[in-house]
Amino acid sequence: MPHETTAQTDELVPAAEPKAGHAQLDRAVETQQDLSDEINGLADAYKRALKDGAPAETQPRLDYPPYRSSILRHPTKSLHHADPETIELYSPAFGHQDVHALESDLTIQHNGEPQGERIIVAGKVLDGDGRPVAGQLVEIWQANASGRYIHKRDQHPAPIDPNFTGIGRCITGPDGSYRFTTIKPGAYPWKNHLNAWRPAHIHFSLFGTEFTQRIITQMYFPGDQLFPLDPIYQTIVDQDARDRLVANYDHSLTEPEWALGYNWDIVLTGPKRTWTENEALGAEGDEE
Amino acid sequence: MSNQTTQLVPTPGQTVGPFYGYALPFEKDNELLAPGSPGSIRLQGTVYDGAGETVPDAILEIWQPDAQGNIVQKTGSFHRDGYSFTGWGRGAVGYSGVYTFTTVNPGPTSPGAAPFISVAIFARGLTNRLFTRIYLPEEQEALAKDPLLASLEPERRETLIARRDPDGGLTFDIRLQGEGETVFLDFQ
Repeated sequence: MPHETTAQTDELVPAAEPKAGHAQLDRAVETQQDLSDEINGLADAYKRALKDGAPAETQPRLDYPPYRSSILRHPTKSLHHADPETIELYSPAFGHQDVHALESDLTIQHNGEPQGERIIVAGKVLDGDGRPVAGQLVEIWQANASGRYIHKRDQHPAPIDPNFTGIGRCITGPDGSYRFTTIKPGAYPWKNHLNAWRPAHIHFSLFGTEFTQRIITQMYFPGDQLFPLDPIYQTIVDQDARDRLVANYDHSLTEPEWALGYNWDIVLTGPKRTWTENEALGAEGDEE
Repeated sequence: MSNQTTQLVPTPGQTVGPFYGYALPFEKDNELLAPGSPGSIRLQGTVYDGAGETVPDAILEIWQPDAQGNIVQKTGSFHRDGYSFTGWGRGAVGYSGVYTFTTVNPGPTSPGAAPFISVAIFARGLTNRLFTRIYLPEEQEALAKDPLLASLEPERRETLIARRDPDGGLTFDIRLQGEGETVFLDFQ
């Protein structure tokens, strides 16, 4: 069968967009119930496997059919184990030459105040040994309070906020800490199936001290009723692992008459490199 | 935190989604050095899905040693000054699924080692990033001794070796799924 032009494919274009991941035409009328049945079937199978002694899965499945766009985009062969070598044991360096301190405040990028609930999102970036990842880049992007991305291909009929772009960056402190001031993003509809809605989330892009620690992920908000319905959140089949993407409301981060606080720590893999004494002591990564 | 030997469970990844285009790209993100400057080459390729269709919404990062094989630890990738090679670049594919970088041929990080470029791939529909390596097609002796390449069957091994273009550049296509599927790496 001829394939649709993928250039037109977009998870958020609201017109009849029957082709997420080149799926068949009848996918467009799949209901949430159809999808939930699939999601629950995979979840039950995973729970049975756990009970039979299978190891817990800590990362999303690359092959997760309920997320339709993944069907033709996941490798079918197992990832090939490799010992990281040379360049892979180091990470690109970022510093205050790259990122201005004000880039961590998403509410001051325009002339006026953005609409919505002002929040503070703060936490630490740690490696698998619990060591802080210091002086490293954190990037975030998100929808506005109405669930609308500034991206030109987002056609969701919710208002654009002229005072909100939804991009932030910062460099972690010596203790691995990061902190953003932003607006709580809204949920948004997408075209995976009929009446599909993404839980509110903030995209996070992270580097470690080694390139193999590189991840992009999404942070969610506690208590979201859309969690069980969302095929992207559910690509992680293990409940404990999924929970690691959910921030905690933290009243000690909340600032009086200003903003609600959420805490979210991020743990990277590894490291694999044998550290020098300086690095182990948390030497500053910025060369300036 | 007080117990440094405690192994923490890593945070899961998630798809980059469709709307990174206003957030991740930046000016000269794919120009590790200025196009046309001495020693510069074009690295390009196409990202394909399991149906052989091009993927128009993938974004790649490369990380590599300089031409002498030094691992660079310089800041400044986000505001490139035109002189400092930082070794890292980011490039979103265009509508036709083609990515392009301007970079240098990486040098061997130790004498006789096979030089390679480390790659991370992100895309809508890809639930977690993938890692691979781009090896240079020359220096067969070094390639033959490379531990990763030696651990692969010959046809899979070929998916990690770039083609040399007539203009001196490199072409490296990425096939996410199916025939000729690129070897993707797990470092854990």
